[in-house]
Amino acid sequence: MPQSTFAPTSEAELESVVRGAIAAKTPLEVTGRNSKATLGRPVQAAATLSLSGFSRITSYEPEELVLTAGAGTPRSEVEPLLAARGQCFAFEPPDYSRLLGVGDAGSLGGMIGCNLAGPRRIKAGAARDHFLGFTGVSGRGEIYQAGGKVVKNVTGYDLPKLLAGSYGTLTALTSVTIKVLPAPESEDTLILEGLDDATAIRAMSLALQSPFEVSGAAHLPATINAGIAETLLRLEGVPPSVAYRRDRLAALLAEFGICRSHPADESRARWIAVRDVHPFAGDQSRIIWRLSVPPMEGARITAAIADRADAQWFYDWGGGLIWLSLPSSDDGGAQLVRGAANSGHATLIRAPQDVRAAVPVFTPQPTALEELSRRVKAGFDPAGILNPGRMYQGW
Amino acid sequence: MLMMPQPDAETIARRAEIAADLRAIVPGEGVIETPVEMRAYETDALTAYRQMPLLVVLPQTTGQVSRILRYAHEKSIKVVPRGAGTSLSGGALPLADGIILGLGKFNRILDIDYENRCVTAQPGVTNLAITQAVQHRGFYYAPDPSSQIACTIGGNIAENSGGVHCLKYGLTTNNVLGIEMVLITGEVIRLGGKHLDSEGYDLLGVMTGSEGLLGVVTEVTVRILAKPETARAVLVGFPTNEDAGRCVAEIISAGIIPGGMEMMDRPAIHAAEDFVHAGYPLDAEALLIVELDGPRAEVDHLIARVSEIAARNRSQSLRISNSEDERLVFWAGRKAAFPAVGRISPDYICMDGTIPRKKLPEVLRDMAELSRKYGLRVANVFHAGDGNLHPLILFDANNADELDRAEKFGADILRLCVKAGGVLTGEHGVGIEKRDLMPEMFSEIDLNQQQRLKCAFDSQGLLNPGKVFPVLHRCAELGRLHVHKGQLPFPEIPRF
Repeated sequence: MPQSTFAPTSEAELESVVRGAIAAKTPLEVTGRNSKATLGRPVQAAATLSLSGFSRITSYEPEELVLTAGAGTPRSEVEPLLAARGQCFAFEPPDYSRLLGVGDAGSLGGMIGCNLAGPRRIKAGAARDHFLGFTGVSGRGEIYQAGGKVVKNVTGYDLPKLLAGSYGTLTALTSVTIKVLPAPESEDTLILEGLDDATAIRAMSLALQSPFEVSGAAHLPATINAGIAETLLRLEGVPPSVAYRRDRLAALLAEFGICRSHPADESRARWIAVRDVHPFAGDQSRIIWRLSVPPMEGARITAAIADRADAQWFYDWGGGLIWLSLPSSDDGGAQLVRGAANSGHATLIRAPQDVRAAVPVFTPQPTALEELSRRVKAGFDPAGILNPGRMYQGW
Repeated sequence: MLMMPQPDAETIARRAEIAADLRAIVPGEGVIETPVEMRAYETDALTAYRQMPLLVVLPQTTGQVSRILRYAHEKSIKVVPRGAGTSLSGGALPLADGIILGLGKFNRILDIDYENRCVTAQPGVTNLAITQAVQHRGFYYAPDPSSQIACTIGGNIAENSGGVHCLKYGLTTNNVLGIEMVLITGEVIRLGGKHLDSEGYDLLGVMTGSEGLLGVVTEVTVRILAKPETARAVLVGFPTNEDAGRCVAEIISAGIIPGGMEMMDRPAIHAAEDFVHAGYPLDAEALLIVELDGPRAEVDHLIARVSEIAARNRSQSLRISNSEDERLVFWAGRKAAFPAVGRISPDYICMDGTIPRKKLPEVLRDMAELSRKYGLRVANVFHAGDGNLHPLILFDANNADELDRAEKFGADILRLCVKAGGVLTGEHGVGIEKRDLMPEMFSEIDLNQQQRLKCAFDSQGLLNPGKVFPVLHRCAELGRLHVHKGQLPFPEIPRF
């Protein structure tokens, strides 16, 4: 366990902490609000570097569609501010506090570092697609910036993309600029009942192929949904458009049985539960996996896993995202899950620390790609100071 | 004029030998070496710059690309990848001592998967061809650069191309799911696929917009979208740029993200109207085209709201398209803005800065000042929704110093954009055109960090050197870590 914590409040202080760590060859565990400390592999570090001191919202200009704030700014401060101006992060960042048994939705830096996105991923993209620019301190102990503060920019390499999903292994972020978008004025959810997985995925695919701008497509099998399978299709936008599209979509999906629809409040609550993985928040002893796969492969993959384990699961992203729950085991079911999900990626999201240290949390990469990724890491953090081992064993 | 790296005389002297070696990899017509045939490759859409390449090689398979790059790596020969050569920033400008690696023969669509809503294509397929391959089923590929009839999907990835619809639908980077690419070492890697989220460092995100400096793309998977049911446009004239700018801000603040929102200034309105007679209001200082797309119920609702907002912001004239033909007429002038300007001036260069939208009136005022200073006219078209400005500087290359003046004027405009809180390029790329302006936006430390990424992909700097970065460093020098001797600011950190 880390023995000391650095909590710098200026970039100069942060630079000096990182330089000190380089000189002393003592790695740092980089954290924001510690809400996702158990995502990824356990880090072997001598000290903790907390970025919670970088927590100021420096600018929010709704009509420019951008927000700039410290990386340690709590999401719970930012999101109400956006909502008050009728805006949001369009990628619908999830709050895994219930799933992971922690008390906080985390910071902006953590949201970006883990590249999280909710059900609207299918329409609006992930955190990476909305991350415009940053300032931070590299593992070389240098303050630098990349990207910009405007929504459209191709000047230089897109380092914000590289930093999104890098789990704090390349740069300790201090300030982030994120694109914000108008929040939908209203929403409605269409529900199909009693479909098996393969049929549900086919129905979701048809809905997503339609021009009716479905912004959420999830399927909850009977086993995790009080005994009745439900397929949820969300429509968002201005009220006349939502009503029109709901009716057209219901007609399009007539072959799948009768549709019900949820009013807005209930719809919102249903999608928060899907986004934040509430079905698996209860029993903390079970192992949780998150699989990103080609949507039409979803049902085949879960069937292959269910054949050999006491598995529970549900689908988001039209079948392209599988949340999977397995009983606890030595390897967390890694061999079984990765064997079944041979296209796409399977990430171990919740497991005891010893399991996350023993099995690859992220899908092992082919040699050429792994070597390239290691060279990228070395370009930003040659001494292996920032979150070593968080993503892959040994680097 | 910009300077390119000093060509390596030794490589040039080995030209015949290199041609023979390449021919062993790509037989027959796959290697081009006569000046007449190579002429087609001497420039891209930044036509003020021309350079004959050492050789041109046109592989047909990923295996050939891999062998060519491995060979170039072993022999330290520079390589400039090229799609259709429509770069506006000189991204595909050849080097005298470098091979042009043309991807034109990679022209097949490999897989159309409606159920997973994606298309896999070879990089030489044009942007428009992807839409054409799926439109009979009601789908399209969203990014639509104006060169879409010619530009290739591989080139779109290199440049992270945009288009008039990217405020709502994103740039290339938001629409690419996966690629197969070849590193300079000849290693073939796959990034992404038909799934949405990938683990590990987002090298797909990094490759997109890397301007041919990191690797060669040999296969692309993009997502396709269902075509909106309908689209309608509003054409609004304003007495001042300020009014138009305020109208745009209010539309966005009202929670409306139009499919397209384009602004033109007075010179651009007049040039376009003289050319295509679209019925643009000639008394307006600024013209706004706002396009709403989606279901009819939504479009009609939003058209009414946009019209109200325009009226509140002193619109002089407002027309709403009532048919598809009329919508296309509204767009005809904007789409023909570049050739229209080409009619009133022997030459023009197109700039591409992005600014915070609220700074538009100020930037346009300063630009008018610069126009007087340099004695050159400028017309502006503007992707108003996302703040991407395209000033067209008019000049005559036959007048001794006009190209030079136009370039200096352009550089000053981009400095204005950066000073206003914006960036050097919104969608055309840095290439050679904006290379020497990079220090306006980035410090030496910022640029060195970007080059370290380059080093991870291409340690000898063989892929497209001379583009993007004003100063080239050796990777060994960039990799050095300066530990401050005996300087331990936090000696209490425990060692283990």
